[in-house]
Amino acid sequence: MTDLTPNRRAVLASAAGLIVAAAIPLPGRAKQEAWPFAPNAFIRITPDNIVKVLVKHSELGQGTWTGLTTMVAEELDADWAQMWAENAPANVQLYASSIFGVQGTGGSTATPASWLPMRQAGAAARAVLVEAAARAWGVPGAEITVSRGVVAHQGRSSDLRASFGELVPLTENVVPPADPILKTPDQFTLIGRDVPRIDAPEKSNGTAIYSIDVVRDGMLTVAVARPPKFGARLVEFDSATALATPGVRRVEQIPTGVAVYADDTWSAFRGRDALDIVWDETGAETRSSDEMMTVWAEAARTAPAVAEDRGDVDAAMASADEVIEAEFRFPFLSHAAMEPLDGVVELSLDRAEFWMGSQWQTSDQNEAAARFGVPPENIAINTMLTGGSFGRRTTADNHFTAELSEIAKAAGPGAYKLIWSREDDMRGGYYRPLTVHYMQGGLDAKGNIVAWRNNVATQSLLADSPFEQFIADGIDGSSVEGSRGLPYRLPNARVALATMESSVPVLWWRAVGHTHTAYATEVFLDELLERGGKDRVQGRLDLLDAEDADRHRGVLERVAEIADWQGPDAGNGIARGVALHKSFGSFVAMIADVSIERDEPRIHKVWAAVDCGIAINPSIIEAQVAGGLGFGLSAAMFEEIRLLEGGDVDRWNYDAYRIMRNAEMPEVEVAIIESRLSPTGIGEPGTPPIAPAVGNALRALTGQTPRRLPFVAS
Amino acid sequence: MSIGFTVNGVYRELEVDPDKPLLWVIREDLQLTGTKYGCGVAQCGACTVIIDGIAQRSCVTPAGRVESMEVTTIEGIEGPEAEAVMAAWTEVEVAQCGYCQSGQVMTAVSFLRETPNPTDDDIVAAMNGNLCRCATYTRIRAAVRQAANSLEGRP
Ligand code: FES
Ligand code: FES
Repeated sequence: MTDLTPNRRAVLASAAGLIVAAAIPLPGRAKQEAWPFAPNAFIRITPDNIVKVLVKHSELGQGTWTGLTTMVAEELDADWAQMWAENAPANVQLYASSIFGVQGTGGSTATPASWLPMRQAGAAARAVLVEAAARAWGVPGAEITVSRGVVAHQGRSSDLRASFGELVPLTENVVPPADPILKTPDQFTLIGRDVPRIDAPEKSNGTAIYSIDVVRDGMLTVAVARPPKFGARLVEFDSATALATPGVRRVEQIPTGVAVYADDTWSAFRGRDALDIVWDETGAETRSSDEMMTVWAEAARTAPAVAEDRGDVDAAMASADEVIEAEFRFPFLSHAAMEPLDGVVELSLDRAEFWMGSQWQTSDQNEAAARFGVPPENIAINTMLTGGSFGRRTTADNHFTAELSEIAKAAGPGAYKLIWSREDDMRGGYYRPLTVHYMQGGLDAKGNIVAWRNNVATQSLLADSPFEQFIADGIDGSSVEGSRGLPYRLPNARVALATMESSVPVLWWRAVGHTHTAYATEVFLDELLERGGKDRVQGRLDLLDAEDADRHRGVLERVAEIADWQGPDAGNGIARGVALHKSFGSFVAMIADVSIERDEPRIHKVWAAVDCGIAINPSIIEAQVAGGLGFGLSAAMFEEIRLLEGGDVDRWNYDAYRIMRNAEMPEVEVAIIESRLSPTGIGEPGTPPIAPAVGNALRALTGQTPRRLPFVAS
Repeated sequence: MSIGFTVNGVYRELEVDPDKPLLWVIREDLQLTGTKYGCGVAQCGACTVIIDGIAQRSCVTPAGRVESMEVTTIEGIEGPEAEAVMAAWTEVEVAQCGYCQSGQVMTAVSFLRETPNPTDDDIVAAMNGNLCRCATYTRIRAAVRQAANSLEGRP
């Protein structure tokens, strides 16, 4: 088709500018076998011109595959159609988060932690391709351009072009630059555009594979009977009937309970139901959640550990014209991700391979290594897509990985799928902790806030965990995040903490501490503004006084503008509430229109303004804000896990644990603030402001502040 | 016991307990894993399949009940409504985690076959039985609307 002199290796074939495979010779290699170009840990380019990005932050639905791949494609100047994404394998040397120092996903850090590394990876790969082309064509690299996946050189007499795939065989001896030059925001062509979400097709036609879908040869499916109360222990069990259940292969005691191994899920569940088990409940949590709530509320009055102290609160409160107090109560919440916990392990003599929705690969790998007594390199983890997480798939004790490992250990080499039923998942703890806030506010004669007290009583998430080092001076930061460092001018303010104890395992739940602190602070502030005769939007704007006040102001003004805020009364029996809350580095303000229908709050519409730095993919940001506020609204409206008298969990499935349905989801309008600042979190920041926005609207509507969540008792 | 029924156009005879929920027969005996387990008690809709033309919860449908019937899963759904719905789902980028979406798509296809010209209220009512923990509800509504419009030849 063409001769193969270096300066004519590729030909431009069609008017559309497509590259026809231009028979580039493969020097030194007889065949074009698998010869992927791997300039670094994140990028693979195949000779057939596919660019695959190994994404080190788990795709949980929040869009990491698309976001991180966009960063690579941008600096590589790739064509979006040639991009593909996969979860990276577990390897702390290669894939540690630049924020955590280990491989993991959480705290809405995937995008901020990847912003530099992924772009650098893309830019370095681009530089290698350019250098390879320069050598092959005998032209200076500086004269070569790359655009939409085409590497080109325009000479006086010839146009040279090649696809990335065609250049792959020529990259062998090219060393990637250590410090590649990155684009400036005005040069971006993919970032800031809505490139199509990479996983949209497979998640629209049923072909996406989750860990629950994984099958291995000879695999047994396992269900585990665990203690009925938190802290109860196994005494003895009779497995005869379980073993007689068709399809059941074996029954083993493991540290967390009794494991039933079967040919399939249904048999495993049936076999488990047939177990006869005696539990020892001495030492189990037997308090009801109502009882705990009373104890927590008591403790909140005198919270001993000071987390923040500005000015002189006691004096300011004593000399205030009026002191208002309030208590807010928050229940245990279940993550209730649609895919319950599940995973597959295949154990051979001294190594094990996992397929699971891992969110904290380094810990999972170490946990499995410790359980099997092998080095971490002998543990391979295939991180699968997950049916949601919201925090549930990473725990300080790695309990799921531990249980899956123990199942394999007890039964020996082979493949095993562990599946938690919906009921196992929902009654199994790891809840958002039950929490009480006690607030006091002092107003002067003009209605200005002169004193602010916020006491929090909650269980620690980090105590007794590998993250215990992050507890400073008796304060678990995740208990008071969003309560301290408020952006408002509060000259005399104190935030204090009472750390509570129980045997109920608790866990970060989308937006963590902000799930309660945003409600307590933004609802109480709203009450004080009302009491002081101030507008809820202007009053907040007037109080803004922080280093980042501009960005708070930006989102609050924008949301007031798009909602056309005229105060809390929207007419026709509809009231409006507003809230402003920063979390995970991002600023979000919301306004909600609320009425009461059939004795329940009905949320008609929510306006949101968000500033998360540079908007990499506005469509995904919009989806995360809408989904995040939907998640927060569901909890605020309906969700509550209760422990009954004696300590049994009362809600085991979606029939009793009500989560929001389609008809209850408001219309949502999201405005994204234009920014050139580095990107900040987006998976969680949409969740905190919705509950206070609705709570404030409900006060405007009924004259009563909802002091206890959820709004709808069940 | 042997049960015979048609799955995605192919007649199958299987040795299964007639009490075994169709969900597990589909997912494990037939290895069609697009249909998902979410609750097992007819609450979430992740397991929705079409049985003799009607969208149903396979988690509470004993396998014995579909003897001689026609079952369609997401792997086998066809026709203009299916194409329109899946295209709209992709274009609107409905899915976040995606786990509930097979059930959402099956419900939407079955709904649009019955209700070619739906109102917005019809759409919400039809989709209300399918939970989405990622709260993709507004995009679900938009995608069903878009699919309905495209079937009607409207933009
Ligand atoms: S799994 Fe069947 S409705 Fe939830
Ligand atoms: S997309 Fe995650 S549950 Fe619906």
